[in-house]
Amino acid sequence: MAALVIAEHDNQSLKAATFNAVTAALQCSPEVDVLVAGNGADVVATAAAKIAGVRKVIQIDALNLADQLAEPLAAQILSLAGNYSHLLAPATASGKNVMPRVAAKLDVAQLSDITKVVSADTFERPIYAGNAIATVQSSDAVKVITVRTTGFDPVAATGGSAAIEKAAAVDSAGKSAFVGRELTKSDRPELTAAKIIVSGGRGLGSGEKYQELVVPLADKLGAALGASRAAVDAGYVPNDYQVGQTGKIVAPQLYVAIGISGAIQHLAGMKDSKVIVAINKDPEAPIFGVADYGLVADLFTAVPELTKALS
Amino acid sequence: MKILVAVKRVVDYNVKVRVKSDNSGVDIANVKMSMNPFDEIAVEEAVRLKEAGIATEVVVVTAGVTQCQETLRTALAIGADRAILVETDIELQPLAVAKILKALSEKEQAQIIILGKQAIDDDSNQTGQMLASLLDIPQATFASKVVIADGKATVTREVDGGLETIALSLPAVITTDLRLNEPRYVTLPNIMKAKKKTIDIVKPEDLGVDIAPRLKTLKVEEPPKRSAGVMVADVTALVEKLKNEAKVI
Repeated sequence: MAALVIAEHDNQSLKAATFNAVTAALQCSPEVDVLVAGNGADVVATAAAKIAGVRKVIQIDALNLADQLAEPLAAQILSLAGNYSHLLAPATASGKNVMPRVAAKLDVAQLSDITKVVSADTFERPIYAGNAIATVQSSDAVKVITVRTTGFDPVAATGGSAAIEKAAAVDSAGKSAFVGRELTKSDRPELTAAKIIVSGGRGLGSGEKYQELVVPLADKLGAALGASRAAVDAGYVPNDYQVGQTGKIVAPQLYVAIGISGAIQHLAGMKDSKVIVAINKDPEAPIFGVADYGLVADLFTAVPELTKALS
Repeated sequence: MKILVAVKRVVDYNVKVRVKSDNSGVDIANVKMSMNPFDEIAVEEAVRLKEAGIATEVVVVTAGVTQCQETLRTALAIGADRAILVETDIELQPLAVAKILKALSEKEQAQIIILGKQAIDDDSNQTGQMLASLLDIPQATFASKVVIADGKATVTREVDGGLETIALSLPAVITTDLRLNEPRYVTLPNIMKAKKKTIDIVKPEDLGVDIAPRLKTLKVEEPPKRSAGVMVADVTALVEKLKNEAKVI
């Protein structure tokens, strides 16, 4: 049977995480459809129809889908679930929010954060902050899955020409309402899609130092900005900068860790990066255990020096 | 208003677990066990709501082996009023736990159910959402701020691009993120007081729920190791390596 991928979007653009989820879906079934549930999301549906390997796009439009609230979104996914053997979403804040709701209604287990499709019913997923990889087999008729994007290369965003089928929204009078949103404004690449990430930790000492040292280096490298939990907790940067077990999972070409000691929870979020650079004054810091290039130095002099050297 | 808080006993967050040599799982014999950190935040939030006069009773619940009583005692020492242990030796998966919690939520007539957003052992991030779904009530996951007023919960959530605020009618499920609060240190007098509080022990059969596991773990392995890196002497050497060896800049 076919697989359905829930598109990640904000009604205006299709998010890149969807491409990784489609790759995983194609490994579960040769027939992959994409659901675009939103409000006025025609542009998203058009973009989804171009994804290589997609059979068809199902577009559901309703006012209460505008903010991707879990209740109405789950209701739409459930209305289509009978046609599919696999329901997949990227393991983003939205995917993690809605998919267990779907699984529970179907009375099936969910497979969270899969990193490999072994077969149509068997998957690999990290547990214990990535310190162990479990191979799990599902005996349920429908597999509800969230996909860790770093585990799968993205499928080509263009090349496909799937038909867009409009489906009616099922009635879903939810008991939750959207109030507001404070999104971090940035012209930088998204953390989870960036080729280079510069991350700062507690060693910086303050939000001002983060701005003064980490930001110019990221500017120079065209990098996204990240942070350790300690830096976020201390208020240096907003929550959505957090890389780690319970923050964002990233795997860029280059990850530069500045003043980050490397707690296992942080390593869980970045250790699949291709090249890791660590700058820290403590030679015993665990971050050096995963770094390809380690520099034991005072970051307050080394980082400006590095920024300058790249000019 | 009654609040139900669900907690889980997990390997302490400071312990780096080892995979068993037969690949059947991770070795948790003789390692330190603690309350899942997100659940500690959940207990703290519930107790604060009681201290603020919004909640009348905080009931803490867990499911698992006999030793889970220790985790419940910690929650009682933080300030929960009483506890329930659903005792079983069977491996519990999120769907099974959600079913157990559904039965208890209905029995207790809880208006708010607070859970950690994920347990740091299986990293599933499912139980709260599944519970809300089974109860047909709204959910606010990844909460960083909770305001209860006029019969509804207004919750700020940590999402990928920043923060989002939603309003829920009650009853509702809330799952906690890291920055919701900072749990208090448990004091000795409160530990002593907690010993006098009640822990009711029930069996899953008493609740009439099916807790059979749906996922079978075929094997557990070590993740691929990163090959050892090199230490560079200075910034110049670092730039040279990045340009000519790694070729990433």
